[in-house]
Amino acid sequence: MSSPAILRHPEDSMPAIAEAGPVPAATPPATPPSFGTLALRWYRLNQGRLRATAIGIISLLAFLLVWHLLTSYRVVFFVRFTNVPSPLAVYASFTKAIHDPKFLMHIVLSCRRIFIGFSLAAIVGVPLGLIMGRFKLVHEIIFPVAEVLRPIPAIAWVPMAIMLWPTNEQSIVFITFLGSFFPILVNTLHGMSLVDPVLVRAAQCLGARERSIFREVYFPASLPHIFTGLTIGMGVAWVSLIAAEMISGQYGIGYFTWEAYSLVQYADIALGMIAIGVLGLGSSLLIRGAGHLVMPWRSTR
Amino acid sequence: MSESLASEPKGHIEVSNFSLSYDSIEGPVQAVTDTQIHVKPGEFVSIVGPSGCGKSTLLNAVAGFLKPTTGISTVDGERVSGPSAERGMVFQQYSLFPWKTVRENVEFGLKMRGMPRSQRERAARTLLGLAGLEAFEKHYPEKLSGGMKQRVGIVRALATGPKVLLLDEPFGALDAQTRVIMQQILTNMWQRLKISVLFVTHDIDEAIFLSDRVYCMTARPGSIKAEIPIPLERPRQQAMMMSSEFLALRRGLMSLIREESLKAMGGEINDMGMQGLNIELHGHSLADVI
Ligand SMILES: Nc1ncnc2c1ncn2[C@@H]1O[C@H](COP(=O)(O)OP(=O)(O)O)[C@@H](O)[C@H]1O
Ligand SMILES: [Mg+2]
Repeated sequence: MSSPAILRHPEDSMPAIAEAGPVPAATPPATPPSFGTLALRWYRLNQGRLRATAIGIISLLAFLLVWHLLTSYRVVFFVRFTNVPSPLAVYASFTKAIHDPKFLMHIVLSCRRIFIGFSLAAIVGVPLGLIMGRFKLVHEIIFPVAEVLRPIPAIAWVPMAIMLWPTNEQSIVFITFLGSFFPILVNTLHGMSLVDPVLVRAAQCLGARERSIFREVYFPASLPHIFTGLTIGMGVAWVSLIAAEMISGQYGIGYFTWEAYSLVQYADIALGMIAIGVLGLGSSLLIRGAGHLVMPWRSTR
Repeated sequence: MSESLASEPKGHIEVSNFSLSYDSIEGPVQAVTDTQIHVKPGEFVSIVGPSGCGKSTLLNAVAGFLKPTTGISTVDGERVSGPSAERGMVFQQYSLFPWKTVRENVEFGLKMRGMPRSQRERAARTLLGLAGLEAFEKHYPEKLSGGMKQRVGIVRALATGPKVLLLDEPFGALDAQTRVIMQQILTNMWQRLKISVLFVTHDIDEAIFLSDRVYCMTARPGSIKAEIPIPLERPRQQAMMMSSEFLALRRGLMSLIREESLKAMGGEINDMGMQGLNIELHGHSLADVI
């Protein structure tokens, strides 16, 4: 072992393989591949995804068709489709609604309530979970209260919220907050309890103190579970919001849907439902995107 | 880095009157009892013993993770009272931070010490280059092979220039070929950095091949059963493992360990069982030894 590359043993094949790796890729065929070959290759690489997309589109179209048939023939078979709007009727009310500032205001207001309620829940829930996971005394004090309040559905808070808060708006935001708070807290706590103690030890014998360990080990190690909590919390936030709007609201997409029923505008009921679905999907996609941004080590899989 | 390359050997480990018992429902579990070991500055010392005999316990106490029930451990005369960057540690489970790239992992100790970013980036690159890992600096650990992960683990532990390096069965999860390469890499780093190494393993060949001295521990409660100097010349080559000198050392250690393994398994093993155990312990080169 007198070679100058003292740490590299001739038998150490791993770096050698790594260096050899790019070589085949670095010797492309003399002529660039034709468009046809490239297209074929792209097709082969993405075959699975293309198939899934194609089947997905077909299945959605089939759903629309069945819906159309059920409503146009006014089928009554246990459930009654007599008053259910057809897809075309819903589309018509959609084109009308997007030019209606009132409809847009309903959507904007619901989104604002979600944004405020959910953000507050994340801002309180995540740090509280981290601290409870790290300091036993805080856990012992707060956990019993959380366990008693957690099983109460956010909707059950509606009357209490109306008493607690001076305005309707505040009580709706409060219910949205409650809905997302507990999933976020519980999942953050769960993530903290799963942190590998060997990683904490590794950090300690590299000179890390309590604060650094918290920031460099506990927090990033819990992030996957924190994001699970945020995703679930976002779902429950929408559930709670829509319920609260239907019961006590004057605006918002939940109120819009309920109002459509009272005003016998059946197409608007379906429109409201679809809008809620799309908004819920969009917000969970946003969280997933944020997760990829914050945890690059997981998205490279 | 260059500073630690040039300096004299350091890191005198001294463990005296050491014993440690864990608390459990059935009362205290005596893991290690009445143990003295030492590692001279720049020495490579291994601890072998049957599984569950307290090797990790002893090593974790030297690292500062566990408080001894009696006795003390010191490094260069200073009492060990908690984990510190002066004692680098490498774990069997790799224990790289999955959320940090290879380079960020290596930088971690320097970051904790407050070294500015550009400086520690440069230091980490140099170290990774020495270990043949420069091409992987931006990879996340998950993508690396076991051997590469453990090389990163060793480089990370050495980055802060510790006085001693503690390794707890670091190659236990690696395949035989990779393990041989890793042993060579570790030897080279140790010789270059002139630090003391305390190495825990249950692989007798590995202990002999790497060490200046080997401590053999008894079954639980563990204590030192024997101390075997390894007078094999350095640099050592793989071929040396077939030499009569090596095989004689191996035979000696093997019989010590076998006694203790039997004790650890309850001692109720008949001749048939002995033979089964024999084959397992000797591995592929059974024929060579007998
Ligand atoms: N936290 C613990 N509580 C109780 N007993 C333990 C604990 N850790 C280890 N032991 C016991 O102490 C003994 C020594 O363990 P260890 O040092 O891990 O052995 P080795 O590393 O040699 O396999 C074992 O018999 C084990 O069961
Ligand atoms: Mg062990």
